[in-house]
Amino acid sequence: MAHLSAENLDRARRLVAVYPKSRSALIPLCHLAQSQDGYLTEEAMVDIAELTGVTAAEVRGTATFYDMLHTEPVGDYVIAMCTNIACLLGGAYELLEHAEGRLGVHIGQTTADGNFTIEEAECLAACDTAPCVQVNHRFFGPLDGAGFDRLIDDLTAGRLVDQVPRHGVLNRVERTVGLLTENESEARA
Amino acid sequence: MITNADPIITRRIAFEDSYTIERYLATGGYEGLRRALTMTPEAVAEEVNKASLLGRGGAGFPAGRKWSMLRQAPTSYLVVNGDESEPATFKDHLLIERDPHQIIEGSLITAYAIGASQIFIFCRGEFALGLERLQAACNEAYAYGAIGKNIFGAGFSIDLVIHPGAGAYICGEETALLESLEGKRGFPRIKPPFFPAVNGLYGQPTVVNNIETMSNIPWIILNGGDAFAALGTGASTGTRLFALSGRVKRPGWYELEMSKTTFRDLIFDPSLGGGIIDDGTIKAFIPGGVSAPWFGPDQLDLGLDQEAVGKAGSMLGSGSVVVMDDTTCVVRAAWRITRFFHRESCGQCTPCREGGTWLEQIMRRIEEGGGRESDLDLLMDVCDNIAPGVSWPPQQTTICVLGPSIPSSIASAIRMFRDEFLAHIEAGCCPMGGAR
Repeated sequence: MAHLSAENLDRARRLVAVYPKSRSALIPLCHLAQSQDGYLTEEAMVDIAELTGVTAAEVRGTATFYDMLHTEPVGDYVIAMCTNIACLLGGAYELLEHAEGRLGVHIGQTTADGNFTIEEAECLAACDTAPCVQVNHRFFGPLDGAGFDRLIDDLTAGRLVDQVPRHGVLNRVERTVGLLTENESEARA
Repeated sequence: MITNADPIITRRIAFEDSYTIERYLATGGYEGLRRALTMTPEAVAEEVNKASLLGRGGAGFPAGRKWSMLRQAPTSYLVVNGDESEPATFKDHLLIERDPHQIIEGSLITAYAIGASQIFIFCRGEFALGLERLQAACNEAYAYGAIGKNIFGAGFSIDLVIHPGAGAYICGEETALLESLEGKRGFPRIKPPFFPAVNGLYGQPTVVNNIETMSNIPWIILNGGDAFAALGTGASTGTRLFALSGRVKRPGWYELEMSKTTFRDLIFDPSLGGGIIDDGTIKAFIPGGVSAPWFGPDQLDLGLDQEAVGKAGSMLGSGSVVVMDDTTCVVRAAWRITRFFHRESCGQCTPCREGGTWLEQIMRRIEEGGGRESDLDLLMDVCDNIAPGVSWPPQQTTICVLGPSIPSSIASAIRMFRDEFLAHIEAGCCPMGGAR
């Protein structure tokens, strides 16, 4: 019935329990759903709505406000390239042009093999390593064209699997502790 | 010669394992919390008052005063703002990844002082490693007995939640952050009430403090508010973590005693910025994040001081300094900043949503060579509609300060480099070839 796996449903219920109001778990649950499916599916939104006490439309309405939540499929590796002021001064647009040429796609597009999506990002708070990029929110920089090509080669060859999990997996460290016991959180819910 | 105090918040960062509880405890970690729990909450708050610690998020509001405004209620919250997104700012990112326990300890002390019921650390979603480090530190601190029930046997109990953002600059605005934490779109709330201290998370009294602000608290409790206030001058006390980027040889973060260092030192001293790339000429710099008006080389001798920068017509803001040199096309730089605000506007208020959109389009057409001379007046007219008078600090026509920040870079660039705009218009292209 539920789209989320039994394991993820269990995780989801634990996430809901740490907040005084269940809707506060909405964004963490969207991240959880993306970690399962790579993006936020229609079916997952229905589950999240049920878990947080809102409608699926409200989940979508909230999720579409945020850059990290994708309601359409994306590549296994989403490459976010910053072109904001510090990266611009470090040659970010030249790097972006190189990246589009190397991958044969433009900003917002995914390569035919489904491996890579390129996004133009706003400042990623790593301006001392300009121009910087993130792959699935893991930092790389400063990069020039050759460095970018090596990065793509490494990702393609699977040499960075430990460092860069597939798109959607954000925080691999789970909360293992809490003030509330399960009974208390159930009582409060 | 740079005179600098010993670092307060970055003193652990040189250690490879600075983010672990082992290193934290070996370097005095959680001693501030132990000390605080032997004091009354009022006495803890008084130390922070004495320190005159100004909030490090961008607005520079005194932290102690923020705490004292908290409406008394059975349920109240501490929310730590780690949604660092102001372009060119990368200090909280560093503190989150390299010293998460320091943030957690500062938050626990603060929660004790203000009597909060629960702590939320809102971490920018794009900081995947930071989120992992924060959650690991939270788990470690629970196991150590620093979070949870009856902390260190002192009778104080509290829960702490690491909350991920999902990518939206506007959520750095504290009321938008609270909306987001409630599981909604990040729309800033109508003011008044001006402060979440009265009406915050779930309508309950809430203190929202920045990551760097929290990082200073353990040191203040261990060393005393007076020792902190003895650093810096006037209202700008303690040290501050400055983020330097752009056309300098040594971009990076530098923790400096407030007021004692000038922008010239920060940008040119060999131990700091090291001067301009290829020994070029500095053209302009932004003193405190892209919301701030720009300065020219004539302002280089200003101190890194909140009041001094304010009096000179800009702000120290988030402590991030961006350097532009003679290879920089200022039209392109100002256009890119404008496009950022246009994209990140939440869309609630017309001056910001429409004004930002038109300003971006006009700036782009000038940079691409399709501009007209009348565009300069048109730009200033649109700026005037967003922030009447185009002065600093700006007049506000919108719910939050994002809108009134849009004119900063445009007005600065036109005032300082009118000739370059005209050169674009006359040449019908970017005279610098659009480079950099």
